[in-house]
Amino acid sequence: MNDDLYQRALLDLAKAAHGAGALPAPDGAALRDSPLCGDRVHMQVALTAGRVRALAHDTKGCLLCQAAASLAGLHGIGLNAAEAAALREHIAAALAGSEMTAPAGWPELDLFAPARPHRNRHGCVLLPFDALIAAIGAAD
Amino acid sequence: MSFHPAEWRKHFPLLANDSRLHYLDNAATGQLCEAALDAVTHHELTHRANVLRGTYRLAELADAAYENARRQTAAYLNAASADEVVFTSGATASINLVAHAFGETLGAGDEVALSLAEHHSNFVPWQMLRERRGVTLRFLPLAADGRLDLNRLDEAITPRCRLVAVTHASNVTGAVTDLAPIVAAARAVGARVLADGAQAAQHGPVDVQALGVDFYAFSGHKAFAPTGVGALWGAARALDALPPFLGGGGMIGRVTAAETSYAAPPRRFEAGTPPIAQAVGLGAALDWLHAQSWLALRAHTAQLARRLLDELAALPGLALLGPRDFQARLPVVAFNLDGIHPHDVCQLLDQHGVAVRGGHHCAQPLMDFFGVPGAVRASFAPYNTEADVDALLAGLKDVMKKLR
Repeated sequence: MNDDLYQRALLDLAKAAHGAGALPAPDGAALRDSPLCGDRVHMQVALTAGRVRALAHDTKGCLLCQAAASLAGLHGIGLNAAEAAALREHIAAALAGSEMTAPAGWPELDLFAPARPHRNRHGCVLLPFDALIAAIGAAD
Repeated sequence: MSFHPAEWRKHFPLLANDSRLHYLDNAATGQLCEAALDAVTHHELTHRANVLRGTYRLAELADAAYENARRQTAAYLNAASADEVVFTSGATASINLVAHAFGETLGAGDEVALSLAEHHSNFVPWQMLRERRGVTLRFLPLAADGRLDLNRLDEAITPRCRLVAVTHASNVTGAVTDLAPIVAAARAVGARVLADGAQAAQHGPVDVQALGVDFYAFSGHKAFAPTGVGALWGAARALDALPPFLGGGGMIGRVTAAETSYAAPPRRFEAGTPPIAQAVGLGAALDWLHAQSWLALRAHTAQLARRLLDELAALPGLALLGPRDFQARLPVVAFNLDGIHPHDVCQLLDQHGVAVRGGHHCAQPLMDFFGVPGAVRASFAPYNTEADVDALLAGLKDVMKKLR
């Protein structure tokens, strides 16, 4: 099963690093560290009417963290604070539960299903979304 | 004397029952030896009662078992007296005990010296003390390989230094600290010395008197004993001078509505019901370890680590953290594969039955010193074999194939 954790599509998603970089004039930014492994995500957002107009992240982490950050960069545009928090809770519940169901518009979340049995890795997946929520919050 | 790791392995039930497991995370936790398991089981089945307060026969048996564990621990450490051994929940609790009790005697203007090579358990308590008491922290400089730079001790151990808290051996690099010059520098300014022995104690008996330190902390679970128990050794003169840390039953002389007087060490520092069965297990483990032929055991684990170091050096993009030599070094090897996160390495190694640790190893200041977020760490115990090294190396080649 571990092999599935590192399936090609997940490696490609991590390598694509959607949203990697920095914004010239962010409205909000947040730094989040994983106390377990030291992974670090620095997320910046620009908002329009409370919704993410642009985001950028600098992610130092494992492949799961990099892929999750890339996913946030791919689909995070348009989220508001409540939707980002709901998405994060959905991912957390899916990782903790028996099924990994991807919400509409986020089909790549299925790639993280093999992480379910590895509880200590759940934080790697959630860290970019925690940073995203905090960055949106910092802009309010 | 020849040493047969496969025979030693038979004394560890978990490993004896799983021949496919290549357990190389001994710096995190050692496997439980059967001597400890048997002692805990025997105690719980025949001697279970609270200690130091009952007058019935069963309680007296529990008292005797608990105090025997203290004597066994004292013997392993070559303590002058069993009363110098305080049972705690582990090295972290031992260090926090000193940080609170000794820390109560400190204030603004006093200094505590430590190093960037410390485990968080010997780092954070001193930062917390700084916040509580306003003491100043000074850091012993490190050489490029992560060893303490003993030529620059005077930069951190000043006339205002009251305590030096330093690792006996790094949980990341395996580097063993030469404590003698540190003790000498501390003595010259009237400072106490605490050695964090969490990584050292499982690699053979310790001689705290020869080390010359005032306090020595270690954990049972790393020394093939149960979790939830460890010890703080303190020289009698040092323990006598400490106020209590936790208050409660068992640590008092007399309690009145007006005031409380305190028991003498070690009970002054063992408030509440201690981890009795765990301590009995620790005593049994240390007693068993004490009887081993450590010259041969150390030669065996050093050979495994040396071979790993040699073969890792041939891997492309490999960066070793810590000394490359094998002088004053434990069989602990930390490294990174360029472009591959330690957690991903460890996750894939698990497929090969190899259990190693990846991450910052609760040593983030040292990781910052090396300029890396984390590392993969393989750490050996005498039950490890060449087959464990083979599996690790084969696994690493597979990791590189998959993730590069």
